[in-house]
Amino acid sequence: MNRPPSNVPPDPWSALRAHTPARIALGRSGASLPTQEVLAFALAHAQARDAVHTSFEAQAVGEAIASLGLETLQVASAAPDRATYLRRPDLGRRLLETSRDALKLQTRGPADLVIVVADGLSSTAVHTHAAPLIAALLPQVHQQGWCLGPVVIARQARVALGDEVGEIFGARLVLLLVGERPGLSSPDSLGAYLTFAPRVGLTDEARNCVSNIRTEGLSYEQAAFKLVWLAREALRLGESGVALKDESDTAQLAPPRPALSPQP
Amino acid sequence: MIYARAVAGTRFVFDGLADLMAKASPLRSGDVLAGLAATSAQQNIAARMVLADTPLSTFLSEALVPYERDEVTRLILDTHDAAAFAPVAGLTVGGFRDWLLSEAATPAVLARLAPGLTPEMAAAVSKIMRNQDLILAASKCQLTTRFRNTIGLPGTMAVRLQPNHPTDDPAGITASMLDGLMYGCGDAVIGINPASDNLSILGDLMRLMDDLIQRFEIPTQSCVLTHVTSAIELVERGAPVDLVFQSIAGTQAANASFGVTLSLLQEGLDAGRSLKRGTIGDNVMYFETGQGSALSAGAHHGVDQQTLEARAYGVARAFEPLLVNSVVGFIGPEYLYDGKQIIRAGLEDHFCGKLLGAPLGVDVCYTNHAEADQDDMDTLLTLLATAGVTFIMGVPGADDVMLNYQSTSFHDALYVRELLGKTRAPEFEAWLARLRITGPDGRLAPASAGHPLLTARA
Repeated sequence: MNRPPSNVPPDPWSALRAHTPARIALGRSGASLPTQEVLAFALAHAQARDAVHTSFEAQAVGEAIASLGLETLQVASAAPDRATYLRRPDLGRRLLETSRDALKLQTRGPADLVIVVADGLSSTAVHTHAAPLIAALLPQVHQQGWCLGPVVIARQARVALGDEVGEIFGARLVLLLVGERPGLSSPDSLGAYLTFAPRVGLTDEARNCVSNIRTEGLSYEQAAFKLVWLAREALRLGESGVALKDESDTAQLAPPRPALSPQP
Repeated sequence: MIYARAVAGTRFVFDGLADLMAKASPLRSGDVLAGLAATSAQQNIAARMVLADTPLSTFLSEALVPYERDEVTRLILDTHDAAAFAPVAGLTVGGFRDWLLSEAATPAVLARLAPGLTPEMAAAVSKIMRNQDLILAASKCQLTTRFRNTIGLPGTMAVRLQPNHPTDDPAGITASMLDGLMYGCGDAVIGINPASDNLSILGDLMRLMDDLIQRFEIPTQSCVLTHVTSAIELVERGAPVDLVFQSIAGTQAANASFGVTLSLLQEGLDAGRSLKRGTIGDNVMYFETGQGSALSAGAHHGVDQQTLEARAYGVARAFEPLLVNSVVGFIGPEYLYDGKQIIRAGLEDHFCGKLLGAPLGVDVCYTNHAEADQDDMDTLLTLLATAGVTFIMGVPGADDVMLNYQSTSFHDALYVRELLGKTRAPEFEAWLARLRITGPDGRLAPASAGHPLLTARA
């Protein structure tokens, strides 16, 4: 963004901004933020607030995933609307009764992996990244020879809802993709949670998380690689979560990282 | 036991001590979510009146979370120091409030009292205290901790430099570290929340911070905020682990949801101390807590979230931490709905932690799905600074680009120093002056591009 002229002197390290999306080298008016930074921050907050309340286009997401040759199912959590969803996370973790009954009619032989796509706190993230991430996952899932269940699209849903879906399908693993809480600089970040032997009542210690999947963050290919590595290890160990440490980078040559090393 | 009181012609009945505590709590969404909150404003105040008349010693005989089923309760009751408790043993909760605000409660007296107080006593008295009471009483609690510098001296406020990056990129993290140091922040700790839980990346992050600290001889400590089991593993692999981090909560079951037990925390403490990396002290633990974490894990035992938060400080103090902070607005609006609830909780957490003898900082913060904004954070920051908060967070521009929430900024810390004259840890203050980052008055000096910290290749 072009900045209007200001009487606040720039910090001499503003070139470091190239290395991070963080708000560094903002300059100062005395001890305080310069006016333009105060207003830029307020605008970003307004954008993030609006992102939380963008409605979920579940049908469009379902169609994009179906076009990858996958069967999709639409479900809803027990939270009827956004206002309830924000105050009652317990409802967002459980399926609406009619959705539960509908899923039970769809079960067939046990699946190795069931993918759930949940709107979470950023529909924008799911609209943008869910289908491309699944597309990046598919070749590796096929390569492993895993049996993939239908992809379940869940409205007003939180992470633990995946446990109930996975349990209904008798899945060995559930992978839940969810819109992460929007940040000021990242209203569209997708998270992925992997749980072995999913069942109602599990807590976060039983899951592995790969977060910040978005254009400026973890790429679809990197995320897919990590998730398949974690899935393979979870199946091998017979558990996921705290006991399963992500050491996927030892399985491939890490991309070179630019080093910035200050000299005394 | 039944607690009851007639107030203004209505008889209010409370089903036991836990119910009384919950109904006496200032309103917050998490207690409503749990079905524990008072259902009317009058019931709320009636509960406070009954609580005020309840003897403090009741909390030694009536456990809110069963002793047999919860190791946190056992820790609290088994380590209670009856001799330290003696000066207030005869008081009611209301009498204890009066005593805390009196001249009798000096910093030295309060420091001796801490091991005699249980978290439930601290929580109970906080529920009948107004915000100004929480500020004044907390300001009299002093506690210093040490690793490579001295945290918590009167008149100081430290800052955790939080240089998070969405992909743990070393260049990005270094850029934020330099920004923070040039803004005079980082005395509490340089602490990264990693995006990854990959051990080799975590080890690299520790070395990145350690290199900077060693090269410039910065009197501070580093921490990668990862699970305690990862820190223990990294100690075994020879990584430069300064502080051992863990999120903790106030019940055994909630701690289990974090994948920890008290004995595992002890292992973490032993591993951290085994490296002997502290130069002037061996407070090696860094804990984070937050109201709502027990309920979030379905592990609240019908106890209100603020009482359980105080119990987390009861856990923390047993491990002689360098730093403890509540992440007050981070857990989400289902627990603290708006700016008013976050401000109240931040003051409660700080007071309870300090009263119990934990070096309490506060992550003055909110998320984008809470009804709060920067004005609310300015209010809470200013109140906490007057209350003598041990440390706050320093995030570039208050925008954490990894954790996706808003905390306090380097500028916010400068604002507090400008307004209230708060200084940094003395060793760090001297280092800033030596590197001419600050001038003779402690304010930032004009920066030049040739500063040694900045002769980094971009």
